Amino acid sequence: MLNPYKIREDFPILKRKINNYPLIYFDNAATSQKPKQIIDAISNFYENHNANVHRAVHTLSQEASELYEKAHEETAEFINANDIEEIIFVRGTTEAINLVAYAWGLHNLAKDDEVIVSLMEHHSNIVPWEILSRIKGFKIKYAEVNSDGTLNYENFEDTISKKTKIVCISHVSNFSGVINDVKKIAKIAHEHDALILIDGAQSVPHMPIDVEDLDVDFLAFSGHKMLGPTGIGVLYGKQELLKTMDPFQGGGEMIREVSFNQATKRCSISWNDLPWKFEAGTPNIAGGVGLMEAVRYLKTLGMENVKTHECQLTEYALRLMGKQQKIEIYGPKDTSAKCGIIPFNVQGLSSHDVALFLDNYGIMIRSGFHCAQPLHQIFKLKSSTRASFYIYNTKEEIDRFIEVLKEIEQV
Amino acid sequence: MVTIEDYVARIEGTCGEEKDVIVIFKYDKKDEAIKKILKKAKIKKAVSTIIFELTYDKFSFRLYGTGKAIFRSVKDKDELNKILSDLLL
Repeated sequence: MLNPYKIREDFPILKRKINNYPLIYFDNAATSQKPKQIIDAISNFYENHNANVHRAVHTLSQEASELYEKAHEETAEFINANDIEEIIFVRGTTEAINLVAYAWGLHNLAKDDEVIVSLMEHHSNIVPWEILSRIKGFKIKYAEVNSDGTLNYENFEDTISKKTKIVCISHVSNFSGVINDVKKIAKIAHEHDALILIDGAQSVPHMPIDVEDLDVDFLAFSGHKMLGPTGIGVLYGKQELLKTMDPFQGGGEMIREVSFNQATKRCSISWNDLPWKFEAGTPNIAGGVGLMEAVRYLKTLGMENVKTHECQLTEYALRLMGKQQKIEIYGPKDTSAKCGIIPFNVQGLSSHDVALFLDNYGIMIRSGFHCAQPLHQIFKLKSSTRASFYIYNTKEEIDRFIEVLKEIEQV
Repeated sequence: MVTIEDYVARIEGTCGEEKDVIVIFKYDKKDEAIKKILKKAKIKKAVSTIIFELTYDKFSFRLYGTGKAIFRSVKDKDELNKILSDLLL
């Protein structure tokens, strides 16, 4: 069992007061707070080990390189990847998806091909494909979503065909918290010889992930949503696929050799090994160290415990919010189909008014489209308010949240 | 000379179909800004000192005790600047 009261002691920010009220942080789907272990790990790196990685013989560079490589190793273990060759450090989920779009899609998608994206995607899993489709001319097919926000699997099976080259779908919706059956979707995709890319931004921080068991080809996720720093994220890719792909960006670190040929007056270039082939330029070394510490922190808690805790909070909040007359909750109410995220509105008020009112009492929640505008169109919403939970949230915080919601209903 | 920038820290367009604008007043100037606004705008409704529902000219907006205001149906930045200078200067 996870003890949120003990966990809270690790998070300095949770001792803060906002507008003279204790901070209640329910915006975890946007980013998580950071425990002192991670803040300390980053400080320790800069205080004691800072140097650029790889291709230097001095001690500090060796230390920085070892830490950075270890961060890849521990991240690989965390999601049960085979090797660090399958773990590419990027800026975040968005960059990871763009990497696949450009390094794989640019070379493997043609006019008659199709890409399937679902209507519940975050814009970061829609826009790169829309941009690339304008360049390459392939067709994007949107898998439909049911009225409760769950994926319409029947429609998905009708949409996929031999023309489909890749299926791009989120594991957990950042709007509704709906959990997609990724294993089932991957099986269907592979039966059609299509690849599958999973946006794991809302799943990797919150539940056990085993890429081998899920059998996904690519998995993208961000460090900052799982206790780590901003500016570091991960693209997992199956080794055999990554080996066939050309680099996404060019620069230092990603090359083995750049030699000038006097005869042709050109440089011939050979790529570095995986994963460095995809990590051009000086990487976010401190970010990698912070991510490694985040992985360690979560592993100590146990991802099954993390998931159970969040589901219990979600269930509790849904039950209490459901009793409020003016609150409309979107998406499934059953926590077997969703976890950790509750989108809602208060009748007669804009989502921003609700968020500003809660802010007055030190409660931080997000309002707007949450970068999921197509899903808002399906729900016929101008915007929504979103409460999202994590390991340090408590039932007492939800009680306080409900008290303030009751006040808002009176406005 | 006193300007809007003396009071306003940030102006943000809201995310959503509503296209409202949120004005965030500087922390050390928020009480003064609220006082000035309450003097000039018409109070339609007040919830303690937490929210004031206000109208000014043809515009309706909500002002929060935390020093944030949400303006509706403002056409553009110039129009917002005009309202803010009327209210604050």
